[in-house]
Amino acid sequence: MSLLVLADHHDGHLDDATASVIAAARQIAEHAGGDVDVLIAGDDVGSIAEAAAKLDGVTRVRVADNTVYGHQLAEPLADLLVSLADDYAYVLTSASTQGKNVLPRLAALKDVSQLSEVMGVDSADTFKRPIYAGNAIATVQSSDDLKVMTIRTTAFDAVGQSNDAAIEPVDTVVDNSLSRFVDEELAKSERPELGGAKVVVSGGRGMGNGENFKLLEGIADKLGAAIGASRAAVDAGFVPNDYQVGQTGKIVAPELYIAVGISGAIQHLAGMKDSKVIVAINKDEDAPIFQVADYGLVGDLFEILPELENKL
Amino acid sequence: MKVLVAVKRVIDYNVKIRVKTDHSDVDLTNVKMAMNPFCEIAVEEAVRLKEQGVATEVVAVSIGPKAAQEQLRTALALGADRAIHIETDERVESLAVAKLLKNVIDEEQPQLTILGKQAIDTDNNQTGQMLAALTGLPQGTFASKLEVQDDKLQITREIDGGLQRLELSLPAIVTTDLRLNEPRYAKLPDIMKAKKKPLETKSPADLGVEVASKISLLKVETPAERKGGIKVGSVDELVDKLKNEAKVL
Repeated sequence: MSLLVLADHHDGHLDDATASVIAAARQIAEHAGGDVDVLIAGDDVGSIAEAAAKLDGVTRVRVADNTVYGHQLAEPLADLLVSLADDYAYVLTSASTQGKNVLPRLAALKDVSQLSEVMGVDSADTFKRPIYAGNAIATVQSSDDLKVMTIRTTAFDAVGQSNDAAIEPVDTVVDNSLSRFVDEELAKSERPELGGAKVVVSGGRGMGNGENFKLLEGIADKLGAAIGASRAAVDAGFVPNDYQVGQTGKIVAPELYIAVGISGAIQHLAGMKDSKVIVAINKDEDAPIFQVADYGLVGDLFEILPELENKL
Repeated sequence: MKVLVAVKRVIDYNVKIRVKTDHSDVDLTNVKMAMNPFCEIAVEEAVRLKEQGVATEVVAVSIGPKAAQEQLRTALALGADRAIHIETDERVESLAVAKLLKNVIDEEQPQLTILGKQAIDTDNNQTGQMLAALTGLPQGTFASKLEVQDDKLQITREIDGGLQRLELSLPAIVTTDLRLNEPRYAKLPDIMKAKKKPLETKSPADLGVEVASKISLLKVETPAERKGGIKVGSVDELVDKLKNEAKVL
């Protein structure tokens, strides 16, 4: 039995996440056998299908191109997946907001469980996934005939792009009278999105006020970084909620995480401790953040930040 | 209209978790428990809808051990009118929770059901979506804004990279994200009053739902600890280490 990967795409581009989900699918196929197919569902998605066909390890790219799949709303996408699922033993997608929206709906329609944020493949039916915001790792075994799972893409290295897979249309068209797309507002920031950024610079209560977050902007500009914050900084009203990194905010795992004026509460550490390299800048040398930081610098952030910006 | 709001009893978000020595699960003995933060937001939104005159009744429901009644009492103190407790000591996975909640929806016929987007213990982020599937209703996940207009729900969703607005037909299932609102604290007189509000107890068997899961939890481990690193003495040293040792610049 084969594996179906639901591709992530937006604005006519295939997201990088899909190449990592395919890597996870190939790991499963090593244990379970089967081909890896990719499903592109959307409106006017021909060029996305061509990009997906290049990804290594893909047997077929199946394309459901219809206005009803535009904006990839959960209700029609789940119905489409249900119509295809009988050909597959696994359906996978990334643990993006899109994947998390659609896959549980598919799972329930097929009366099976779903595994979220899979970060390791032990065998054909046994997987590792984080629980308690990554403070514990669960090994779980699924006896469902159809295994539906979202993949934590930072845990799998993307496959290469030297393939030329077959592209086949899917003619299934479903109805959707339940939900209607109105509009969307995507951040036009020059900065990368917090969840996927390679570098994140975060400020905590030590920043003093929202105005002082400007000190982080110069550094973020030089590093191509996203800006984050601790819950304490959000609760103090320095920055909006969507900056929050932590157990109840965004979970990030960038190459480099710079924590400035952040003491390192459990709730914050849960959201960033999988970062590859952590730098902490704090005036309190006993702050818990230093226990997880690869490089700690004790001192006054109002002196350190301008100097750091200059020297980058 | 009637609003149903689901709440889950979980470990308090400020508690550092411990894994049991036999690696069977996380140790919850003598650990401070609380309402899941995303469920607090769900309760707050339901209560605000009532205060705005949009909702006429707010019903809170929880699935879990006897002690989950504490979280239902909290929901009642925050403004829910009555509560339903589906009592079980089993580990209930998202699909079974959704099946139980579907039964409650069939009986209560709410126009709107609000859940937290995920619980901070299992981090599944599934139940609302599954409930929408089982009831055949539209889903508005990760909501940061809700507005009921006639028989439609206008919803703003937090998606990767921005916001998306949808119009859903009612009844509908909504899951909350952080920015939807800031939950209030229960006031002492309301906590006292909540003790007198109706709380009905049922069992999964009463609802005819089998809670056994096809997912077995084989092992729970603590992730590899991060080794503390070094302290650097200056910005120059920091930049040098990041460039030449960590090679991230």
